[in-house]
Amino acid sequence: MTDHLLEVRNLSVDFDTVRGPVHAVRDVSWHLDRGECLAILGESGSGKSVSASAIMNLIDCPPGRIVSGEILFEGRDLLRASNEERRRLNGKRIAMIFQDPLSHLNPVYTVGAQIAEIMTAHGTAKAQARARTLELMNRVGIPEADDKIDAYPHQFSGGQRQRLMIAMALAMKPDILIADEPTTALDVTVQAQILALLEELQAETGMGLLLITHDLGVVAEIADRVVVMNGGRIVETGDAEQVYHNPTHPYTQKLIGAVPGTGEMATPLTATKPLLEVRNFGKDFGGFAALDQASFELFAGETVAIVGESGSGKSTLAKCLLRLIEPTTGEALYDGRDLVTMGDRDLYRMRRDIQMVFQDPTQSLNPRMTVGQIIGEAFAIHPDILAKDKRPARIRELLERVGLEADHIHRHPHQFSGGQRQRIAIARALALEPKILVCDEAVSALDVSIQAQVIALLEEIQNDLGLSYLFIAHDLPLVRDFAHRVIVMKDGRIVEQGPVRQIFDAPHEEYTRNLLASSLHPDPKVQAERRAARQEVTA
Amino acid sequence: MSQIDSAITTANPIYKPPPAWRTTLGMLWRDKFAFAAACILLVVIFCAIFGPMLFEDVATRQNLRGRNAPPFDLSRGWLFILGGDQLGRPLLARIIVASQNTMAVAAGAVACSLLIGTGLGLIAGYTTKTASQVIMRLADVIMSFPSLLLAVIVLYVLEPSVGNLVIVLAITRIPIYLRTSRAEVLEVRERMFVQAAQVMGASTKRIVARHILPVVAPTLITIATLDFAFVMLAESSLSFLGIGIQPPEITWGLMVSQGRPYLTSAWWLSFWPGLAIILTTLSLNLLSGWMRTALDPSQRWRLEVNKEKAKND
Repeated sequence: MTDHLLEVRNLSVDFDTVRGPVHAVRDVSWHLDRGECLAILGESGSGKSVSASAIMNLIDCPPGRIVSGEILFEGRDLLRASNEERRRLNGKRIAMIFQDPLSHLNPVYTVGAQIAEIMTAHGTAKAQARARTLELMNRVGIPEADDKIDAYPHQFSGGQRQRLMIAMALAMKPDILIADEPTTALDVTVQAQILALLEELQAETGMGLLLITHDLGVVAEIADRVVVMNGGRIVETGDAEQVYHNPTHPYTQKLIGAVPGTGEMATPLTATKPLLEVRNFGKDFGGFAALDQASFELFAGETVAIVGESGSGKSTLAKCLLRLIEPTTGEALYDGRDLVTMGDRDLYRMRRDIQMVFQDPTQSLNPRMTVGQIIGEAFAIHPDILAKDKRPARIRELLERVGLEADHIHRHPHQFSGGQRQRIAIARALALEPKILVCDEAVSALDVSIQAQVIALLEEIQNDLGLSYLFIAHDLPLVRDFAHRVIVMKDGRIVEQGPVRQIFDAPHEEYTRNLLASSLHPDPKVQAERRAARQEVTA
Repeated sequence: MSQIDSAITTANPIYKPPPAWRTTLGMLWRDKFAFAAACILLVVIFCAIFGPMLFEDVATRQNLRGRNAPPFDLSRGWLFILGGDQLGRPLLARIIVASQNTMAVAAGAVACSLLIGTGLGLIAGYTTKTASQVIMRLADVIMSFPSLLLAVIVLYVLEPSVGNLVIVLAITRIPIYLRTSRAEVLEVRERMFVQAAQVMGASTKRIVARHILPVVAPTLITIATLDFAFVMLAESSLSFLGIGIQPPEITWGLMVSQGRPYLTSAWWLSFWPGLAIILTTLSLNLLSGWMRTALDPSQRWRLEVNKEKAKND
């Protein structure tokens, strides 16, 4: 039993709240061996991060309380060790990297100093620590490490910051590396690079890698074994490939079924007259072209997906269309009239026809208003839609339309889950009876299974009401099942556009091919093939 | 009216929230400190309105035998429970009478500066760059000019009276609200729900009133309650310089400064009016803290959970 590098046995953790104890994890057991990659897979609130926090002594007690269980590291129970003893293990033998590298790097120290600090804190001489820092920065692939060692965190890109975090974690050659959603905040191409780096480093040092993730694709790419968690319990555990192909627990089956990118692709509509015609859109921010010569068309009842990595100008395009910012050049013809040069009065009328659903429903709903007020605001702004006495009934109807209950009308946004909030945002947009709905990363902040539900809702609404969607996303598989046509953007320009089949099956552009090769497939077998293909592309 | 009523009743056949005043009172009762604070403030407001009417004569009648009479001595009557001042006037009566002037100056100055400062801050934060520049530079001018000096000059020219004192104090405190509200507005206007309202075609007026002001208001109200004490003391220093409220008119601040020469021999002269200032500000502060929680839908449960606990006890 003690030959595992790390073993968690029957761990239960409670959090005391005013409304009584919350069982964050219950009776969780798993183990990690040397040279192995174990993935803990779960959606938000499943308790997947709690056991890792317990290992690192990061649970705040109170309100947290470790009810039972033991964590054995080389046969020693960490939960019974003194804080001083655990501090000596943390960073040295067990290291951790986090989701958001920017908030875990101190902005006022140089990165070199921060990496070296780990080593000096564990008793390495200063000069030696600096030499090792340089070596590590080279190893994790920071270009010109000699110069960059004295640079500050803000001077690095998101992917580079994650590389620096990895360098920091590896400083003391740990036996175990815990990675908590290490690539969630990164673009797909960068994500592939970081995962490849982690895999290489693991092979090199023989450490055990514990990966916490919500993404089946990440599991398929890197994990040997997987532990699936739901509601604080382990529902399934086993070999990654076997769990994907023969899931035994209904929750795992549901999770795998919800993963986008495996369904039928849609055939483009055969309409002739475009509803919206965008010509040569451009936006300069002080000489920097965030958007350059973008032209496309949108037909009635159609879904056009705009895909691109961060900084590709896809959100700028949406904001220009809705006149949240003014485009520098170009025109957008809607119903034969140019949206860009439209006066205030016409713009106000146009707002009814073109609506938007934002990325983060937590921020796009005013926290101080009730759901009824939020949706009712549409009628307050455009009083001619509906007579005053019919509005409450209509709001209830809209709530039911998006799959909520009519009685939710008196609640506030914080009383809903993320997916429900996005439904409220959709109901608000529908209240104006629009023709076009712009969805800016509308499902990116949601869990996979919730994502699938919201997409299904959007599809249903489209079928019923004949809406057109301009669907902005960074996730290619998501778009594959949903869009009629796809536009690929990079550095403010449209790289390629065409029917969804053409983009996915026969992409013309190098960049599109690279983007497709970088996106992760949930099937470990397919993913292994893709990895081989990617290595060919990059070689 | 009846049409609206019927619309509401048909709209809510299943669930009807209890009337707003009852939930508010219930939430106040659950926070005992805030409840006590509200009671104290009610007493202060009562004194401010009716005090001079009831105790004007007693408070100004001199009695040289009762000079600096010590507190807690009932032999001179209950009005002397807090002692007498340097001219033998009962301190309790004087504090009650003084509350009117004190509240008029402090509440007036704070309310004026809060309203004007917030209004200008909203304009500076949400409209054009030019407007913002003009307003902010004006605020800088006021800030860089010593407020006491400004008050001295203005009150030297104008007649010292409650009204003028309010104007002077309000002007010197405007920049605080202005800067805070502008800074908050600049942050809130970038939030997504503001953009969502823009996309729906909401007017600027609507966005400011419905989406920005409710988010900014709690911070400003908290600052205002803290500023209450500052304004009371500023008023007393102006009175001390002889350009504020002049005897025989009285304020708490003036009473504190009048008692200062006797601090070593008769501490109660300054202590009781000082306590009144502290209690009032503290109450305002507690109440604003409660209000902050009660007005925030995502925090309100803190005041509602206690209800269930209290029931169980």
